[in-house]
Order: sequence, then structure tokens, then C-alpha cells
Amino acid sequence: MRYRAVMRGQDDKRRTRPAAHELARYEALFAARTRGMKSSAMREMMALTERTDVISLAGGLPDTSTFAPELYAKLMAKVAAESTARALQYGPTEGMAATVGCIVEVMAREGTLVDPSEVIVTTGGQQVIDLACKTLIDPGDVIVAEAPTYPGAVPTFSAYEADVEQIEMDADGMPIDALESTLDRLHAQGRRPKFIYTIPNFQNPGGVTMSLARRRRLVEVARERELLVLEDNPYGLLRYEGEALPTLYSLDAEAAGQSGSSDLVIYLGTFSKILSPGLRLGWAVAPRPVLEKLNLGKQGADLCSSPVTQMFVSAYFNERDAHGGPAWIEYVQRLRDLYRSRRDVMLEALTEHFGEGASWTRPQGGLFIWATLDQRIDTTDLLALARENEGVAFVPGRAAYVDGRSGASSMRLNFAGSPESDIREGVRRIGKAMREQLGLLGSLTGVGTPAGAAAPASEEEPAGAADASAQHPVTGHTREGAPPSAAQAGRLADVVALPRRDDASSARRRRDR
Amino acid sequence: MTAGKRVAVLKGGHSLERAVSLRSGAQVQDGLQRLGHEVVAIDAGAELVPQLLEADADAAFIALHGPNGEDGIVQGLLEAIGLPYTGSGPAACMRCTDKLLAKYLMREAGIPTPAFHALREASIKELGAAAALASVERALGFPLVVKPAKGGSALGVKFARTSDELPGAMVGAFSYDSTIVLERYVEGRDLAVSVLDAPGGAPDGASGGAPAPDGVAARASALPVVEAVPRDEGFYDYESRYEIGMTTFVCPADLPKETTERAQELALSVYELLGCHGVARIDLMLEQNSGELWVLETNVVPGMTATSLLPQAADAAGIGVEELVERILSSAFTR
Repeated sequence: MRYRAVMRGQDDKRRTRPAAHELARYEALFAARTRGMKSSAMREMMALTERTDVISLAGGLPDTSTFAPELYAKLMAKVAAESTARALQYGPTEGMAATVGCIVEVMAREGTLVDPSEVIVTTGGQQVIDLACKTLIDPGDVIVAEAPTYPGAVPTFSAYEADVEQIEMDADGMPIDALESTLDRLHAQGRRPKFIYTIPNFQNPGGVTMSLARRRRLVEVARERELLVLEDNPYGLLRYEGEALPTLYSLDAEAAGQSGSSDLVIYLGTFSKILSPGLRLGWAVAPRPVLEKLNLGKQGADLCSSPVTQMFVSAYFNERDAHGGPAWIEYVQRLRDLYRSRRDVMLEALTEHFGEGASWTRPQGGLFIWATLDQRIDTTDLLALARENEGVAFVPGRAAYVDGRSGASSMRLNFAGSPESDIREGVRRIGKAMREQLGLLGSLTGVGTPAGAAAPASEEEPAGAADASAQHPVTGHTREGAPPSAAQAGRLADVVALPRRDDASSARRRRDR
Repeated sequence: MTAGKRVAVLKGGHSLERAVSLRSGAQVQDGLQRLGHEVVAIDAGAELVPQLLEADADAAFIALHGPNGEDGIVQGLLEAIGLPYTGSGPAACMRCTDKLLAKYLMREAGIPTPAFHALREASIKELGAAAALASVERALGFPLVVKPAKGGSALGVKFARTSDELPGAMVGAFSYDSTIVLERYVEGRDLAVSVLDAPGGAPDGASGGAPAPDGVAARASALPVVEAVPRDEGFYDYESRYEIGMTTFVCPADLPKETTERAQELALSVYELLGCHGVARIDLMLEQNSGELWVLETNVVPGMTATSLLPQAADAAGIGVEELVERILSSAFTR
């Protein structure tokens, strides 16, 4: 390694003083933007959840064990037999034509018609986020995102030194009036966002879906103000109930008229959730000038995405099921059935185990539920406790906020990647750790405060104080402990607001280990 | 003296500081290899002891942070299998890792440490300890710092600016340990003094460290003072402590000569008081208003990553990474 070579070159162990500080030397070499690249303590803690004795509801994982090994072997054999040389060769930056054909097919399934020449195949959907930032963001440029937002986008935004404005969502996704006030405020400061980042379907991590009215309005606002929208749609086909809604891309294309192409939406898709994240294949559909820049950016990043996996995909899309229909559609249907019942199991388990002051979203699709606890609980700490004492993991809400501070009382739970028994047990364990913290809060509240300090610490009083605050389900991000307004109570719903199940003394009993 | 040894480097583990420990371990391994030692890297998991027995090493270099590695558990095991190891023995590890015990000992010995009170989680339920909070608040004032009694990670260290914030801060800290320390917040400059045993345990004037004060065994010397200046507004947290660029380190710290000497003297006294061996890092605060120095805590396995304070302090004393590693390694043979 180069580092070693340098050290050996100065093979003088007893030198009295290093020519330059060995440590400061590296720091001086790092680009200024790396200062924003944080590997947070929380992330490091999450790395510890890979232990086998930990039930992890933290991942963003689909369940790849559902894909038949025989089919995988057959497809790889087919690729090998028919096109080894091509599979092992570089491919075009924009992707192989056959793979683009599959992408057009997937999008058509969601009712979005696209011109194959406006598609670029990428290395996972994540690369689209990276390329969008790489081509659009100068340090300090504004990106508008949802709050909470996709935790995986946060490090990307930070790496490009974007200034991220997050808009709190409610049950119908990003409220467009709140978006407009933010845009107005920015406009008054002479600033204009480079793009609006949204996950309209079964948002990660919020689990909510942007309503049709808001989709239409978002497209109008984007057109009025000439703003780009990055539409991240990894889960659109994983809908477990309700009517599919049109993509922002298709709404904008409709508004744009004759061409049939959108002029303001960069669409991000991926094979990760409908087939496999291990393939590392995603795509972007974008207005041609943007597409050209994305292509240039990708040339610098990795020249092309893997032809091996691209050919796997195109071979797979030629497979037929028993009825002669496309096998991939049947597979997605199976995933939908599997994930729907896992979602239902998690919702049930939450009702059973998350009594006190918790609320959560009821997603119509996707992989995630977003749960919000008593505002005095910090889920980063809860994760430390739950991981250590109970052997369970989730994503703390802070990960979904660029400031790393908001969302402290919320958590993201994945229901798609674990068997039902693990989901039940995992939620039970989190509930146990949470009740432990609530019990402790109950014992402390009302005694340590000036108001309560004078009163003797009776058995019931502190618990009563805890109850009072616990009855305010923190459905949104009420910070002041005020009773939630109707609007707040509806935030990030379809919220199941739960009745309190028990009094403090039984909470205390359960705390006994 | 220790040339050509076979050294087991213990790193990783399951603590919250795993990632930091892996980086410390990597840096130590590089150093040992450049020195011509043979390295057996061991990620301290369920197979630690069998792996150690199999490794047939001459010594264990402990680069573990947090529970097991820093609290005397691994040290005790190494004694049980008769393998020499770097740094402090089990008793010193226990005294340092338990911040509460360390603070009691310092207070008894007259070493200045910020005023504090402790709370056990069980005593809240069993003894109605919550009722003591009001008087604790009055005694310590706000803001106050709430931290788990054990654990070197800044995760779990909370600040309460008001009475209202206190229960949440306490519950947060209790997530990491069943005992917490409530401590007066000292506003001022964040200093660290590393102490290193002299090579072979003999007095050492040549390596640039300050000599030990009278009354303290002359086996150890204090390295130049490092000041950590958080770049972010707000508190010096876990992230800024370990991520390159989040904190500016100044070494030697720009301090009046007397302050530097006083900090080094205090560090050596604490090192002696707690019975440390080989190496330790003592964290202090220089209070802005009073100019007083306060000892916060002692780390028996200081970080060895590229941004850690110990390597920086050693560097400022003209001790390169390799020599530092060699000196710590030699502590395995001078116990």
C-alpha cells in the first residue's frame, strides 16, 4: 500500500521529529467536502446489529430467499451459454438495450410510458441520487426533501455539501402548501432549490403515500417555478392495497403535452425491491439535457453498470410463468402477498406491544413502518438499550433527518425482510425496552421538576405525570409537550392512536427484570 | 528489548466503540509490523480465549475500547492464561472505567473533579431516589451533564439545560448503564494529557515528556497537553471526537506554562492514584471563569486511531507512532 511505502521510505525509527505531523498530514489532504461526510455514532452502532443473536428490523432489505435458486442457476447458465464474452465485457454507459427494454416494461406496469432513449441504467437506485447531486449540486445549493427522508440519501446530500430543507409530511405525504412557503422563503433569500427530492409511494422511512391531488399540485408547482423533481420510486409495484397512483413523471409528461416525455422530473427506479438488490441495478429517466450530464457523471463514476447482472435481468424478463405470463410479474405478486401479511403481522404486534403514547403509520405498500414514541424518548438511546438487553435493532429516526437531531423519538421498522415470528418477537422486544424507559420516566417526572419537588414522591403521582404526557401521542414532531392539535394528531397518519392499556403500576411490574 | 515478538492484537469486540477499536487496532498492527514484530490480529468475540491459546503469542496488545476490553475483564482473562498484556491491570481498569468510583477516589485524594452525584436505576424504584433530584439540581446547577458511569463512548452523555430536560437526559444515560453520574457542567477548554511509562519502566528525560513530580514514582512521564476544539457549535460529541475534521486538535495546547505544568502534574497524580500502568489518557477541563483545572476521567486504553489524542500528543513529544507502539508493548513486560 502507498501508505506503507511512504513510511518505509523514511525508515528512520528514531528520528527526533517527523517532517510533518503524521496525523495532520492526512487531514490536510482531505477535500473540504469530507468534513460533511459523517459516519455517525448511530451508524456505527447499527453496524453492531449484524450479530446473529440480534433480530434486525433495521435493514432496508427485501427477502431474497424467495427467489428460486434453480431459476437463478438456470438464468446464469443461460447467460453463460449464450453470451459469456459480452457478459464479461464492458457495456455501454447508458446500459444494454435489452435491459432498457425490461425497464420500459416495468414502468409501463405502473402506467408510465417512457422513451427508451431517455433511460440510463445505473448501479442501483442509489447511484441516481449520487449522479443527480454530482451534476446539479454546487456546495451550498439547496435540495428540498421530505421530513423524514430516505436515510441513505443523507450521506449523499452531505457529501456534496447541499443545504437540505426538509418538509414535514403528514398522512398524504409532503404538504404542497408547506413546500410553497418554503420555496417562497428561499426565493426571498434569492435562493432556488436545484431539485425537490421525494419518494411519493410508501415513503422510506415514513410509510406514507403522496395523494393524487398533491402529486398534481407538485407537478404544477414545479412547472410554475421551473424546478426539477427527483422522483424516487423503488416500491411502486409493491402495493398491498388501494389504487395505484400515477407517477410524477407521467403527470408531468401529460402536462408537457405532445412529446410524451416529462421535462422536469428525474425518475429513479430500481430492480432492488422487485427482484434483487444484489444485482445493483437501477435506472433514471430524465429530460435529455439532464440525461446527458448524468451519463457523463456515470462515465467518471464507473463507466457502466455490470453487464453480467444486466444480462441476468434481460434473461429473467424472458421467463414465462405456468400460464405463459411474464414470470417477473408473478414473482412481484408473490412478494406482494408475502410482504402484505408481514406488514399485517407487524401492525398487530405494534398494537399489542407499543401501548404507551406511541403511534405509527399504516403503509399501503413498501417495506417500512414509521413509529413515533413519547417525545422524551430518544430512539438512539433506546436502540442502545434494546440491542444490548433485548437483542433487537431498528433505525433511529434521527437517521432520516439531515440535521441528525430531529426525529429523535421516531424509528423506522422494516417488515419485509424478516419472517413473521421474528417480526412479532422483535416488536415485542422493542416494546419491552420502551416500557422500561417509560416506567423510568414515570418515576422521575414530577419529582425532579421544581413544581413537583415540594411534593413527597408518592407511588402514584410520578406515574400520573407520565400518563399525562404519554396520552399525547407524539404523532408528528410536537416538541413542546403541548396537547396535539387535530392537525398534529393527523400527522404521518394513517396513525393508529392507541388507548392506554394499563396503569403505571403494571408498567412498573413489567419493568422488573 | 521487545524485538521480533509474536504479538496478539486484540481489537473490535461488541462494544459501541467497536469501529473505533478496529481503527486503533489497525494502526497498532501497522506499527508493530514496521517494527518487525509478528502480528496475530484477533477480533475479540466468542472465540477470544481459544484464539489466544492457539496464537501462541508472546504478548497481547489490547486495542479494545469499552466493556470487556477496558474494564479489566479481558485483563483478568489474560492473567488467567498467563499471557503478558499491555497497559493497566484489572484493578486499575476497574477504577478508571467506573467513572463514579474514579471520582470518589479523586475526591478523597483531593484531586479536583467537578461536583457530582450518582444515581442507580434500581434505587429509583427501590429507594425513592427520584426525590433526591431537587437537591441534586440545587447543588449542581444547570446546565448539568448526565453520563453513564461506565463506557468511554460519548453516546449516552447528555446535557440538561433545565429541570424539564433532566428526566429525558437521565433515561437516555440509563440506556447505557444502570448507574449514572450527574455532574456539574464545567464550561471551558477541553484538554487531554496522556501519560506514558518510561521505556523499561526507568525514568526518562529524553523523550520530551514532563518528568514526574516529586512523590510520584518516576517511572512515568506526561506528554504535551492536547486541546480539542470542536468545530461544530455545541457539545463535543462522539462524532466529533472520532471523525477526522470534526474537531481541531491543538498540540501542544496554547496554555500558560504554569497551566501546562499543573495539568501534567494532575495527570500524573491521577495515573498514580488509580494505579495505571503503561499508558493512560486523562481528560480535563480548564474552567473559563476560574482558570481552575478539573479532572473528568481516565482512559486506560486510549484510542490509537489517526485522530486520537494519544498519538498526537506523542507526536508532539517527538515520539512517532512506531516508538509509541513499542513503548506500550514494552509495558507488557514491565509489570
